[in-house]
This record gives sequence, structure tokens and C-alpha cells, in this order.
Amino acid sequence: MEEREHAVGKNVKRVDAFEKVTGRAKYTDDLCDKSAYVAKILHSTVAHGIVKSVDTAEAEKIPGVVKVVTCFDVPKYYFPTAGHPWSTEPAHQDVSDRLLLQEHVRFYGDDVAAVVAENEVAAAQAVRAIKVEYEELPFVLDVQKAMEDGAPQIHEEFPNNILKHTSIRNGNYEEARKEPGLIKVEGWYDTPTVQHCHIENFICYSYMEQGRMVVVSSTQIPHICRRVVGQALGIPWGKVRVIKPYIGGGFGNKQDILYEPLCAYLSTVVGGRLVKLDVSREETFVSNRVRHAIRTHIISYVRPDGSFAARKIECFSDQGAYASHGHSIAAKGMGAFPQLYPCPNVEGDAYTVFTNKSVAGAMRGYGIPQAMFAVESHTDDVAKAVGMSPFEFRWKYLMPKGFTDGFSKNVNYFDTFHQCMEKGKAYIDYDRKMKEYADQTGEIRKGIGVAAFWYNTGVWPISLETSACRMVLNQDGSIQVQVGETEIGQGADTAFAQMAAETVGIPVDMVHVVTNQDTDVTPFGTGAYASRQTYMAGFSINQTAALLKNRILEAAQELTRHTKESLDVVNGNIIRRGDGEVLMSLADLALEKLYSLTNNGHLTAESSYQAKTNAYSFGCTFAEVEVDIPACRATLTNIVNVHDAGQLINPSLALAQVHGGMSMGIGYGLSERLIFDERTGKPLNNNLLDYKLSTFMDHPHLEGQFVENYEPTSAYGTKALGEPPVCSVAPAIRNAVLMATGVAVDEIPLTPHILFKRFKEEGLV
Amino acid sequence: MSEKHYKLVRCTINGEEREVMVDVRASLTDMLRNDYRLTSVKKGCEVGECGACNVIIDGECFNSCIYLAVWADGKNIRTLESLMGPDGELSDIQQAFIDETAVQCGFCTPGVIMSAVEILESKKEYTRDELRKLLSGHLCRCTGYENILNAVEKTMYRRLGKEFPEYLK
Amino acid sequence: MYDMKALYEAESVPHAIQLLQEHPEAQIIAGGSDVLVQMREGKRAGVELVSIYGLDELRGVKLEEDGTIRIGSLTSFSHITKDPVIQEYINVLGEAVDKVGGPQIRNIGTIGGNTCNGVTSADSASTLFAWDAVVELTGPDGIRKVPIREFYIKAGKVDLRPAEIQTAILIPKAAYEGYHGHYIKYAMRNAMDIATLGCSVNVKLSEDKSVIEDVRIAYGVAGPIPMRALHAEEAGKGLLVSEASIETIGDTVLEDVTPRDSWRASKAFREHIAKVLCKRALKESIRLAGGVVHE
Repeated sequence: MEEREHAVGKNVKRVDAFEKVTGRAKYTDDLCDKSAYVAKILHSTVAHGIVKSVDTAEAEKIPGVVKVVTCFDVPKYYFPTAGHPWSTEPAHQDVSDRLLLQEHVRFYGDDVAAVVAENEVAAAQAVRAIKVEYEELPFVLDVQKAMEDGAPQIHEEFPNNILKHTSIRNGNYEEARKEPGLIKVEGWYDTPTVQHCHIENFICYSYMEQGRMVVVSSTQIPHICRRVVGQALGIPWGKVRVIKPYIGGGFGNKQDILYEPLCAYLSTVVGGRLVKLDVSREETFVSNRVRHAIRTHIISYVRPDGSFAARKIECFSDQGAYASHGHSIAAKGMGAFPQLYPCPNVEGDAYTVFTNKSVAGAMRGYGIPQAMFAVESHTDDVAKAVGMSPFEFRWKYLMPKGFTDGFSKNVNYFDTFHQCMEKGKAYIDYDRKMKEYADQTGEIRKGIGVAAFWYNTGVWPISLETSACRMVLNQDGSIQVQVGETEIGQGADTAFAQMAAETVGIPVDMVHVVTNQDTDVTPFGTGAYASRQTYMAGFSINQTAALLKNRILEAAQELTRHTKESLDVVNGNIIRRGDGEVLMSLADLALEKLYSLTNNGHLTAESSYQAKTNAYSFGCTFAEVEVDIPACRATLTNIVNVHDAGQLINPSLALAQVHGGMSMGIGYGLSERLIFDERTGKPLNNNLLDYKLSTFMDHPHLEGQFVENYEPTSAYGTKALGEPPVCSVAPAIRNAVLMATGVAVDEIPLTPHILFKRFKEEGLV
Repeated sequence: MSEKHYKLVRCTINGEEREVMVDVRASLTDMLRNDYRLTSVKKGCEVGECGACNVIIDGECFNSCIYLAVWADGKNIRTLESLMGPDGELSDIQQAFIDETAVQCGFCTPGVIMSAVEILESKKEYTRDELRKLLSGHLCRCTGYENILNAVEKTMYRRLGKEFPEYLK
Repeated sequence: MYDMKALYEAESVPHAIQLLQEHPEAQIIAGGSDVLVQMREGKRAGVELVSIYGLDELRGVKLEEDGTIRIGSLTSFSHITKDPVIQEYINVLGEAVDKVGGPQIRNIGTIGGNTCNGVTSADSASTLFAWDAVVELTGPDGIRKVPIREFYIKAGKVDLRPAEIQTAILIPKAAYEGYHGHYIKYAMRNAMDIATLGCSVNVKLSEDKSVIEDVRIAYGVAGPIPMRALHAEEAGKGLLVSEASIETIGDTVLEDVTPRDSWRASKAFREHIAKVLCKRALKESIRLAGGVVHE
């Protein structure tokens, strides 16, 4: 009798780990032929202006320079860049506001001209030699100032620079706040512009083959890239082929079309020759995408027992100069508000506003880290106002079991928040420390803070959710699996292999996930974004594996003369269900089937699945800090994240994701901020020295724990985990500092500069 | 440069004596990647801030992006490609990176492993905080450094023949 | 690939001087961690370089017969930290340069480069100021020695004459004998960072450890170039070892420091931190010197 070995839920080693620890994994630059021409971009040195002229004469004289193109040369096909599924309804399409190069430059770092040269030195020299004459226009950097009448107009079609405004009107806020005895708590919360800082910068190269554009790109979204390159160049989408090799991290920046269209265009102007566009770290910070800085205003009317009578939220989301992912981020952030602490009377307004700064796009958490900083900081302010402990308040009022969201149809099936908070509380020793750290007076004070979050797994019903999968059986009984969801470092391929192995009934090492994707052969899929990979691919893998298994069992019926209903595939063998007897190996079956002179067939399966469900993912952070008041420094000394991401497909990979998200959250809370010069709009710290990404020495031990409630809507019981770990870290740190010092700091990152300002205001220094 | 300047650079790379005419303007990263196709040497910032291009030169770690290729003349250079045994067997530190899930996107991995090699070859025992400092020339955005530390620390204890402390068990 | 016009590699100190005479526009490159970064930025693109990286005679630390500590200018930060002479006599310098960047930077960065670039944030510089270091320069006319406080002229500019190279940093015996010091780097991260403010203090206590006989306080980033807080030092000499004395000395540094407002930090913030660091570094120096600070 064959005991079924399960693949799901196991700590399978990453399928790509060997390649990565030996240096054999080939990333985009490693694959590019040395013969490639090198492209470099000339970026705007004004925050807002019109390019009057571009003098390329000197640049063209530099030996090795092949071609210089300017904003006056490029085709005028406006295109969108967001890595969203396309919509055939114009009203739902992303805003098409980009050209390959811009005559109207809208931020310091916008793209004015490009050089193609034989080598990088010539290209850099040529970029320096180009002379641009601008008509400078007034610019605006502050999101609320940009909304004022008379503010510089960044895009003609958007009055007051408002890209979009959406509202929530639940119940009657104005009436409800008149209830006698309510306590009003109000706050403004600011989050910074930060950048993804994947260690592999964006890079792509392009050439023509058989009359088509081939683009090899470090992208999270190859199929979307194909579409946008087609749109930007005005060519049929089938004339574009996008290849995605190993990716050195993306975190959402590469969920946008960055310079693939420009690179493809540059190849066309040099006769389809190979052109490489390797973006520097400095450019990555400024001219790729950043996280939306969001200013949030929250007013809560609370009863003395802590229950909410009425609440209001306003979000001002800094879009930067172009639409990119646009209002989706602010809308998602605001959408989290009425659900985390359900309240019958909620008024919400979110504005996404253009400013003359780097373009904001998708970044891990997609609006929720911003929203959670505001909401969960505010929660502590509310708890303080009604005299409850931050834990007690949350315990009582966080989204209860059974809560259902009318729009997404999401259900909180389990008592997850309580389960997560219990675990976190126990790990951090909350009750004891709350007592121990009360009423401190010295120079060094300790504090403990908590924050929670919820996160949506995919994008349904806002947007299309679809996944396609192909499986091909090899002679030895192993299979290739292809999906449109992309491995970008998170470990998706390993989870895919485990899910496929589980359903087909073969060992994980007999599943070969094709990691390098090619839009000519990879099934259609929209790529790596949201926290959808495992959930969405799970559906199509499950469905396709079942199809393949059915074909295998049909072949088994021919070969074993047992009905297929009486057979099963277990551990790579065909077994008889009744007694578990192994009748033949899958390898024998595959070989026989493929070379049969009578019943020949190649066993493959392919299917796509449109998901019309979504799933709440939950969790919380407990953080402990030590605040050195004279030195104006908050040091994180202890932290735990607890997540309910449903069934974990691979617990060790899941924990690794949690570590990475926590790290990003720590940087968000304590150190990271992209700074722009108020006088010029110029980014000031666009390098890894001046932008303070956490180092090995800036973290305590990162503790990650899980509650595994099997998600009922999911093919394998799993749901979002990629983004959730970043969501509640910053407010937990802020709340810990509040507990330690009594000082509420409503602006992150909590750098010494900001603590100095606040401590001075509060008379601590 | 009006006339091109080249220099013969003779050095030992991953145990083999090699020589090549190098453009004097090249960084060691350029030479290793382009002339020797040692593509484990990654470019992440090109100014010595991220550690992705780290290699060992005469026993010490250097960011090869800010090291002129001509300076490599006469030196002994090791990259990640040198760690695998002749029959394809992984070194203990590589295996530990796999076992401890210390690899995600993999882009910082080669550089970090080379720093780990230098640390481990010192044959000294370090505390976890000391290891943090010794590895602090590398930025990683995926792992939060946690599992990398576990991999390096466990390999250190194994090589020293010592038991793991409680928190590593 | 760096955008350089030409690279000349020196084979000896005289050869370096000769190359610099032949190519007066050339920039000296030691470890390159500043020069190459600036070339890539475009600031120094297209320059000629004279590389002195290969001059092993400029590496290493020696205790000379008269007790002077001689640090070859190309000695890397990591070698300074590990050096037994440094550890025995002026360990604080080893600690200070151990806070530069990260390990790889400390392997390539040299003390000569760190001081010749004239940058106020250099982690070595404030400690060298605090120890009255002397800079040895070798040029066509021979060797000259300049106190480090005179070596710095203004931001980014040091007293390096045409065709001269810095060959050593010297710490005279009188400067370190009997002194104990501590350096605090205040930065935004614990690694891979430049100082927002650096403070290096050393003290000489009376034999019974009750009186501050001498105190030297130096800063990086408290002004355009590294500096000594002379008013505070003067105020501290002869004071009893006590919390009150530390407060007095620390508060007096405001008469000395002249930080700027910049995007990296405000003047007010740097002034505040200057006091905090001075007091803490002083307290630790007193402790290292065997003193006990009474409340």
C-alpha cells in the first residue's frame, strides 16, 4: 500500500537555490551579448518645464556614439505604464500619459533624450555633452498645495492636479457624530516617499528578430510588458516578444513598464540591432517608481467604552508626475479603513494628486502600509483618549469573526485577529513589559507597541483575476509546469512545484517549473503583483493538474485495463484505489504512451482559470523599542509579526518572506525617505549611501509566526503573504515610541531629525 | 580617451593563472564579468555601497566595482564560482544558504557568500552581533538578513566543531 | 568602465612624484573609494590618474624609536584597526576607522585618502585632530611635516602642493602618552553610513584620577572641516572629574562648533548632538583613563 506523500505544507528547498548559490543563475545582464550597443538616458534637470531645444551636435561627435534621439524625434503614441490587466472598456483603462521621451518635463529626472553608443563611456560622455534649453515652469512638490487653485498645472486634463477622487459614504457621519458624550480624536499622519531598492536595478535589452521586437527585461509582468511595448511603439502586440530571466527583486517597481518601450524603440532606430539599457542605482531611485507618500487625516468620534460612533478619513496621495498605478493605491488604502474596525458611519475621501516629483507606482503593500500607519497610529491615539490599553482596544474592536465585506464578498471566517494577537502578545511578553515600562523618567526609555492589518490577496473584483497553466509530461514521468505568474525572488516557482506535485500525485523533484518566461510560449498571465501568485496560480495549477491527471488515468486505463475511476496517481505511480497496489510507474506509462505504435499520445494539459473570489489576509506586529532621548534615537530591540496567510505551502519560504517584509517595514518606520530639494525639486539622496536602507546592523532578531486557518476560497487553502509582512511594522514602532516617551510622532520615518523636532516640542530635550 | 590604453593583467583567478589585456579604464567587475564571464559578480550600485560585486583578493574582501582591473595584476582573486568542488559538490556555506532559506532573489547572494568565506576562513568564533558587523557591507532587500545570519553562523559552528547555541536549534 | 583620460601607475614614491610632475593635471588615486565614485558621477570624468595603490612601502604601522607612531598613508582602515601598535597606544583610532562604511570599504579605504580628500565627515580625521597628528608629505623638494590642523585648508582642500603625496600620518609620543580617548560616530545607520556628526575626545587625568589635566575634543561635520573645540578644552582643563564638569565642558562646545543647515541635518540638531556626543565621549574617555565620574 502506497502512503501518499504530500508536497504542500513541506519545507521544500527552493527550486532555484542551487543556481543562485553557485552564481549560475543568469539575470538579464548576464545574458546580454557583449556586442550590445549601450543606451543611456538624459534626464531633466528641472522639475517642470518645456524643452525648447536639444543640441546634440557635440554629443554626436564623440567617438563611439551611434545615435542620439530626443523628445522631438519619438513617435507620439501615449501609453500607460501600470502593471494592471488591460481593460477593453476605455473607462477602466489606465491613464495613457507617457511618451518615450518628454517635451513637457514634469519632474527632475524626467526623460528628455537618449544616446545609443558602442560603449558605456561614450554613452555617458554623450549624455553630458547634450545641451538642453528649457522654458522653466513653476512646480509644486506638496500634495495639498498641488490641489490649490492656481497651483502649477501638471497635466492639462486634470484640474487642480487631481488624478482621481473617490469617496466612501457609509451610514450618516454628520448625524452620528452629534450623539451626546462622544470623544473626538483627530490626527494627521504622514508617510514618506520610499523606493523599492531591489538589488538588481532595472535593466532590459532589445533587438529585432523576424520583424518582431524582442525585449529581455527584468520585469515582474512579461505579458503586460508585451502589450505596453506594442502600445508605445504603435505596433501589433503579437509583434512583441518579452523574455523574463531570473530577476533580482522587484517589490512592485518592476510591476510597471519602465524603459522597455524606449529600449525597443532605440533598437528600431539602429536597424534592430541589440541595444542594452542598464539603469543606474541613481536613476532607479528617481526615474523608475517610488511608493506613494500619503498624508491622511482621520477623525473618530468614540464612545467612552471605545466603540466608534462615526469616523472620517481623508487621504492625499502623492502621485508624482505621471499616472502609473494612479488612484488604485489610495483607493485600496482608504478601502481598508472601514473594515479594520467596523463602524456604521464612515465618511471617506481619497485624492490622488499629481506633483512634480518622481512617479509613484506599485510597491509591496500597495497603499496598505501608508493606511495602516495612519489608522493604527490613530488607534493608539483613540485607545489613549478612552483610557484603554492599545492591546485591549484592538482585542475588542478589530474586525470580528464573521465580518463580510459587501463589495469583495470577503469573509473573515475565523477568529484570526485574536489568534494572531495572542501569539504576538505571548512572544513579546506584553503584559509584563507594559507594567515594567510604565512611568519611566530616565534618559533611556523602553516601550512596546502593537499594530494590526488586513490585506486583500488579489485584485478581484476591482480588476481581472486570471491565471493560465500548462503541464507537459516527460518520458520519465516528470512534468514541466508553466504559468504566467512570475518568480521574482519570492519563491513562487517552488510553491508552484509543490502545488502541482500535490495534485498530479508525483514527488516535487519531478516537477520542473519553467522559470524563465517568454511571452511566445508562457501561458498568458498578468504577472507578479498584489499577493496573488500562490492563490491565483493555485487555481490554474489545481485545474490543469486535474486535467493532466485525468489524461494520465485515461492512458492508465488503456495500459492496465482497469477503469480510470478505480485508479489514482500516488508518489509517481499508478495505483489501484481499492488496495493501493502499485500497477505501474508513471515513468513507464509516459514512455509507453509517447512511443506507442497503437495508442500514441503526448500527455499535456493547459487551462486558464478566472478567479472571482478574493481572500482576507491578516496579521499584526508587536514591537519593542529603546529610546535614547538625548540622542533622539529610537532603536528597535525586539519585534514579532504574526500572520494568518491560510495554509502555508512552504513554511520556511513563508517565514523568509515575512523576514523580508518586516525588514522593509522597519526601514519604512525608522530610516527610509527619498528627499527632494524644496527649491529645485531635485532628489537629494538617490543612492544607497544617503538613502538609509537597513543594514545587517540595523535589525534585531526578526521573529515571524503563523496562524494557519485554511482559506475556504483557495485551491490549496492559502492566501496573501508576499506583501502583508510590511503592513503593520511602522505603526507598531511608532506606538512603541509613544508608549516609551508619551510623544506621538505622526510622521515616518522616525529618524533622529524628526524625534529631535518632536522631543523639542514636548520639552524632552 | 583619444588613444586606447591597455595593460596585461596577470593574476590567479579561482585557482588558475590567467592573463588578459585589459583596458586600463576597466573596473575589476568589468574584467571578471566581461573577460572571464564570471557573472556571479553582480552590479548593484557600482559605487561600493551594496556589496553585490564583492570578491576576495589575497584573502580580503573588496567591492570589485571600485577596484581598478589593473590593480589585480599579481593578485589572487576568488569569486563565488570557485567554491564548488570538482565533481559539482557544493561547499558547506553554499549548502547552508540553501538549507537555511537564505536565498531569495539571489542577486546579493554571491557577494554575501564571499564575505562569509572570508569570515569562516579566519577560523574564529564570532558572536551574532560580530557577524552582523562583518557582513554589514552587503545590502539585501529580500531576506531581512535573518536567514543569511543563520546560514553563516551555523556553518561557523560546524567548522569549529561546536554545538549551536539554543536560538539556532 | 571608468571615464579616464589616462592611468599612470607609480612604482615608488619618487616615481609617483615624477609622474605628478610630468602630468600636473593628474589626480592621485590611492584606494579609489572616493576618486572612482566621483569619476563615475561625472565630476572628475576624463581626468588623468596617477595610481599610488601599488606602493606597498606606504603600508603599515610602525613605532619609531622616539615613540612616534607612524602610519603609512596607504594603510587600509582594517589594517589600522587590527594593528597591535594602534591597539596598544591609540586604540580609539582603530575604533574610529572601524566605523567607516562596511568591511569591504575598510579594506580598500586608506587613511591617506581619507585625510587628503579634505572631507569633514571622515571618520579618521576627528580622531587624528584629537591626537595632534602630523601629516608627512613628500614632494620634489623633499619631506615636510604639517600639523593636521594646518593640513586642512577648507572643505575639500588640503595643503598638498603640486607633485606632493602624503606618505605618512605621525602621532608624536607626547600627544598620546598618558591620554585615553573615545570616538562616537553619530549616523543614521549602524553601518554603511557617513557621520552626521563625529566626536573624538581624549583626556589625561591627574595621577589620582581626580582632575582632568588635559582634554582634547575634536569634531567632524561640526564645521566645513574637522575641528577642535578649543573653548571647551580650555574650560575643561583642571576641572575635577565629575558629572558637573562633563556638563560644563559639553555645553561649552557650542562656542566652538559651527555646523550648517543642510538636508542631511539641521544646524540646531547638530548643535544638540554635538553636546550630547561630547559629554558621552568624555565620560567614556575618563572611564578608560581610570577615572570615576561622581554624580
